[in-house]
Amino acid sequence: MNTNRDAFTLGPLESGPACCVPQPIIQVKNLSLRYGDKIALDNVTLDVFKGCITALIGPSGCGKTSFLSAINRLTDLIPGCSINGRILINGQDIHAANNNVQALRRNIGMVFQKPTPFPLSVRRNLSLPLNEHGVIKKSEVAAIIEQVLQDVGLWGEVCDRLDTPALSLSGGQQQRLCIARALALNPEILLMDEPCSALDPIASGVVEDLINRLQGRYTIVIVTHNLAQARRIANYAAFFWVRERTGQLIEFGRCQHIFESPNHELTAAFVNGHRG
Amino acid sequence: MQTDRLLVGFLRVGAMVSALVMLLILLFLLLESWPVLSQLSLLRFVVDTSWHPLEGAYNLMPMLSGTLLASLGALLLAIPLGIASALFIVFFAPSYVASLYRRFIELFAGIPSVVFGFWGLTTLVPLIGEWQPPGASLLAGVTVLTLMVLPMVALTAYTALAAVPEELFRNAAALGLSRWGMVRGVALPAARTGIIAGIILAAARALGETMAVLMVAGNVVQYPESVFDPIRTLAANIALEMAYAMGDHRAALFVSGLLLMALVMVLSGMAGLVEKQSHV
Repeated sequence: MNTNRDAFTLGPLESGPACCVPQPIIQVKNLSLRYGDKIALDNVTLDVFKGCITALIGPSGCGKTSFLSAINRLTDLIPGCSINGRILINGQDIHAANNNVQALRRNIGMVFQKPTPFPLSVRRNLSLPLNEHGVIKKSEVAAIIEQVLQDVGLWGEVCDRLDTPALSLSGGQQQRLCIARALALNPEILLMDEPCSALDPIASGVVEDLINRLQGRYTIVIVTHNLAQARRIANYAAFFWVRERTGQLIEFGRCQHIFESPNHELTAAFVNGHRG
Repeated sequence: MQTDRLLVGFLRVGAMVSALVMLLILLFLLLESWPVLSQLSLLRFVVDTSWHPLEGAYNLMPMLSGTLLASLGALLLAIPLGIASALFIVFFAPSYVASLYRRFIELFAGIPSVVFGFWGLTTLVPLIGEWQPPGASLLAGVTVLTLMVLPMVALTAYTALAAVPEELFRNAAALGLSRWGMVRGVALPAARTGIIAGIILAAARALGETMAVLMVAGNVVQYPESVFDPIRTLAANIALEMAYAMGDHRAALFVSGLLLMALVMVLSGMAGLVEKQSHV
């Protein structure tokens, strides 16, 4: 499983939190992604480490979100999208013929930019995916719902109104509900696509704290345009850049390294706010 | 500001005119049926031996049951078929089939009711007649009504389902929901209000439909014992007898009209209740 660990530049070894293991859980190998004729991502090779938070940074249109969607094969839903290269999760090729997409997506939670609870009750938002994946027993479902709502710090706020519409919650609460919904399936990996960018500063701070607390228990890949946030929460950072309308991975390494002593001048220019 | 005020005034007048027309129709129905309503107790329309208005027997219940049975039967068939058609278009059909199929349903919705009646009279009724005479029957009425309200249910359900935001499906897919799980768990509940609104519109149309049903249902005033028995609906009753009705008979026909109106009002009241309960 550790075969390809030295394929990219790691920064000097800064000490990271113990919960973050330098053992790849997601291995992306020579990934290219096209929408029709347009190449959105060109030849990206990257390992994501278990229990760590990996931030994807870079200007708009550099393929960060495409990269994220390729990991749980959400790109399958986009007409005209084609993928070359391999993505291994726990050593398994996600495009292998015997790989079940639904099982894959159960193992990989995803949180989107805009909070999108289903137009159902708070409780049903959480029980629907559980039921769908065969967790039917009422007591079991109720226990998981309480657990994940505790985990995202929402239990105290909604425990007496689980049957009210999820859309009546505030934006920040909705986003935490969406995170809870992803956690309910007990995934190993969480993909987050700018989870704070549609929230006000206070709600954004709450969600950021939450992401910090999830570190270690889950492997998190987060796209963010907020460099300060990436710096605060991430263990690793991947810097993408767009050249001739094609997204490329410029540099990947320890977060501190990317922000303080990057190898590439583009990275330096971007993190210091001169470019991008 | 000036134009705003103008617009508000214009809208207010428009809204008032529509409400007024509605009220005037109701008033007209009440006025015209007053000769009978003032003389007879309402109970007479329920307990009289039969509908023989010339002999002073005004029982509307067989026709009320005919109306309700025909509409209910049509809805029972049209709702599942219509929603299935809409789901097929939005989620399961390849895009060219979907757009072709939708065009077809739109065309279907535009066929005048008398054409359905004509087809029913010349094709459907003889067909049923061969199997279970006389042919002109509740079943023929239900079939014709189903064909008429089916495109309505399908199109409104389609509109409601197509309006469900794309993000919901991406979220559902990201949670590993199957296509069917997505449809059942997310799309249908999200589109629920629109679908129900369409069903209520369809129900109102089925209750009030006159010509097509009149042409195929046999128009015998009776409680049907099977789907092969002829029935007469309230709307058909008015159309059949209006031309020659006079005096109390005429007034009694307006009571049929009032009853139909009351049915539709009950329906719209139900729609209001559903609206209140939605999103849970």
